[in-house]
Amino acid sequence: MKITTALDSTSLTRRYPKTALATTLFFMLALPFLLYVVLLLMLPFNRPEALNAVAQRLGWDLGHSLYRDTWYGVILLVEGTVVALYAAVFAGVTTWVERRIAGRMQSRIGPNRPGVFGFMSWVADAFKMLFKEDLIPAEADRLLFRAAPYFSMVGLTLPFVVLPFGESVVVADLNVGVFYLTATSAFIVVGILVSGWASNSKWALFGAVRGAAQVVSYEIPAGIAIMVPVMMAGTLSMQGIIRAQGGLPWQWFACQNPAAFVAFFISVTASLAEGNRTPFDLPEAESELVAGYHAEYSGFRIALFLMVEWANMWIMGALAVTLFLGGWQIPFVSVEMINQTRGTEVFPTLLWFGWQLVSLLVFAVKTWLLVILFIWLRWTLPRVRVDQMMALCWKYLVPGAFACFIFTLFWVMVPASVHLVSGVVLSAGVALLLVKFALRTRKNIAQVKGASVDLSNW
Amino acid sequence: MAEPVERQVLRRLTPSDEEIVINFGPQHPSTHGVIDFVTQTNGEIIRRSIPDIGYLHRGLEKIGEAVGYPGYMPFTDRIDYLAAMLANEGYAMAVERLLKLEVPPRAKYLRAIAGELCRISSHWVAVGSMAADIGASTPLTHALREREAINDLLEELCGARLTFNYARIGGVSFDAPEGWREKVLRYLDHLDSYIQEWDRLISLNEIYVKRLAKVAVISREKAIAYGLCGPNLRASGISWDTRRDLAYGAYPEFKFDVPVGEGKMGVKGDCWDRYAVRVLEMLESSKIIRQALAKLPEGEIMAKVARKPKPEAGEAIGRVESARGEMCYYVVSDGSENAYRVRVRTGSFMAMGIIEEMSQGLMIADLIALIASFDIVAPEIDR
Repeated sequence: MKITTALDSTSLTRRYPKTALATTLFFMLALPFLLYVVLLLMLPFNRPEALNAVAQRLGWDLGHSLYRDTWYGVILLVEGTVVALYAAVFAGVTTWVERRIAGRMQSRIGPNRPGVFGFMSWVADAFKMLFKEDLIPAEADRLLFRAAPYFSMVGLTLPFVVLPFGESVVVADLNVGVFYLTATSAFIVVGILVSGWASNSKWALFGAVRGAAQVVSYEIPAGIAIMVPVMMAGTLSMQGIIRAQGGLPWQWFACQNPAAFVAFFISVTASLAEGNRTPFDLPEAESELVAGYHAEYSGFRIALFLMVEWANMWIMGALAVTLFLGGWQIPFVSVEMINQTRGTEVFPTLLWFGWQLVSLLVFAVKTWLLVILFIWLRWTLPRVRVDQMMALCWKYLVPGAFACFIFTLFWVMVPASVHLVSGVVLSAGVALLLVKFALRTRKNIAQVKGASVDLSNW
Repeated sequence: MAEPVERQVLRRLTPSDEEIVINFGPQHPSTHGVIDFVTQTNGEIIRRSIPDIGYLHRGLEKIGEAVGYPGYMPFTDRIDYLAAMLANEGYAMAVERLLKLEVPPRAKYLRAIAGELCRISSHWVAVGSMAADIGASTPLTHALREREAINDLLEELCGARLTFNYARIGGVSFDAPEGWREKVLRYLDHLDSYIQEWDRLISLNEIYVKRLAKVAVISREKAIAYGLCGPNLRASGISWDTRRDLAYGAYPEFKFDVPVGEGKMGVKGDCWDRYAVRVLEMLESSKIIRQALAKLPEGEIMAKVARKPKPEAGEAIGRVESARGEMCYYVVSDGSENAYRVRVRTGSFMAMGIIEEMSQGLMIADLIALIASFDIVAPEIDR
């Protein structure tokens, strides 16, 4: 008789390889795909008129229904749930991506047991977190301690309202979108501050105060840097800013205007700091503050904090892509071309949906590249000190952002031909830098001799 | 009854209304073991931090009076588990002086080779965990990977990976196995080229340098006054190395430099110097091992020693350059099988004294850098 231990986590994957593969594929492809399809199908109809038209087409006159607003609210709720789910799934998948990348960078394997490629580890982690004891310290302020993660969650989910996913795929294209996003994402720091205070722990308090100081300071350069693309596009609407750019690199704001190029880096640095990512992870600096503001949390509540941290990376990436890197714009395909394929019917043509899907993928790929950059930075750089963090913000980023702002004031007055020339020059410069980086990497690898990519233990 | 140490420490701290007292430890990711740094801070600025040691006290010195001379050797491993080879050697040297034994040359060479390998491995942990304390976790795992290779080599030599128990009174326990020499040389070739990658990875990283340079500068005078030793002393610009200046064992026959702090990135004696001295020492150790392997004499690896040696009444001192500074064993014999007294002076313990003065005015993150730069191993402090 073969004896297997019940707690051997490897055995499930090894014993049922087909089930493991199916589960992995479901969570890896079907789940995000499902979410994307729902987003794609629901969001274009998410204006009251469009909804009415769709309902009419289905033989149901929503426009004259007594409960019209209620129905509209219900549908919005469903959409909101889908987007929040998207944030949660993204956070989960990113933990796995981050851990695998970190494993490779750190010359170890990383999670590779549950599911194929260890992909199910984030699902396993989520379940584990749910089943853990939700511990509240005896001296803590119970109400605030319980409430704190929800403040952070609100700060995470509200920005998703205006975040675009594709050409017509957005929950609400507010005309103050950028402003709304910066305002609502500041809720996260309320959660940090409340959790630090309510924990009644000195470490948590240190983390919370650091977090408050950091996030509030970095909102300023971030806010000014965001004004650069806003001025160039002449609108605060997220979709409007993307429509003002183009699909090719020299049509992106970051490569069009030298000031926007600088503002892009200022904005990314500031959002790293606002998202508490290394090198600005001071509020939860493990080697200094044990775990910072969430030192006393456990179970589901810490899962919420961690989810906010990881899902926030999507917001950081999506914001930078929207403002500076051309958003969902497809190369060689203009917005008018997409609109022409829509047709006059209530339901758009299949081709139109196809273009929507392409724009969705373009946006997702760009954002993922930035997210991977953030992960890469985290596992490369040490942490800055509090005073250095403040000095960087007030001495360099704020004046720098202001300079970009003033430069752009004049930039919007020069003719469009100058934009094109500087766009080509800047994107050629960026391409040159990338080539140089690749060559340098090759040289470094050659120097240590024998560093190779080992995929045997995937 | 005497007042508990914790209360004695707390009594010395008088926080004002604006200040708080916070315990860095005994459980804290950056204290490198069970030590408590009782810290009075005003926000991020530290007014004073007092190390409260003793949490790991296991009475190792007292045990030395009970287990007989050879029986104490495994306990020396536990004094400094990261550089156990060097701890072994120090105790063996002290007892050999009591017994007036001459160690065979091959054993001396093997001790030097194993000791220097162990020093490299200990320094890998030191620089890696220092990078981790500054917030970069990748260098730590790379350093541990490098250390694993040395652990493999030492396992082949003596069968253990952490607590080696390799030195014996009068020699060493095992001869180098066949083919070991080539493996060591191969590793050293790797090490010499890997240090360059390491420097690109972390030593010269802008943020890392800014975090360490000009932080917690220990002047020459202060380093001597507080009795710092080893790399901590050399980082302040004092060229003192027991291996060179007291020339014990096989060391007189090797040529090597003693790296000292030069203030390359900031001021002489800052945290970056203490870090850099350790990186440079790894290269020097590599030089020593190469010379030792080239000149390794043939012959016995053990002198003739009784199973239960009974040295004449008297006292002896064994001083070695351990990875954490000068390690000094003081052994007193009363002519019986057991030692009358065993006392150990260790580098980590000597580094504790200066922390209270140096911590004044530092920031919290700097205190972590200061502690990490001393390369503390908690059991070495408490014994």
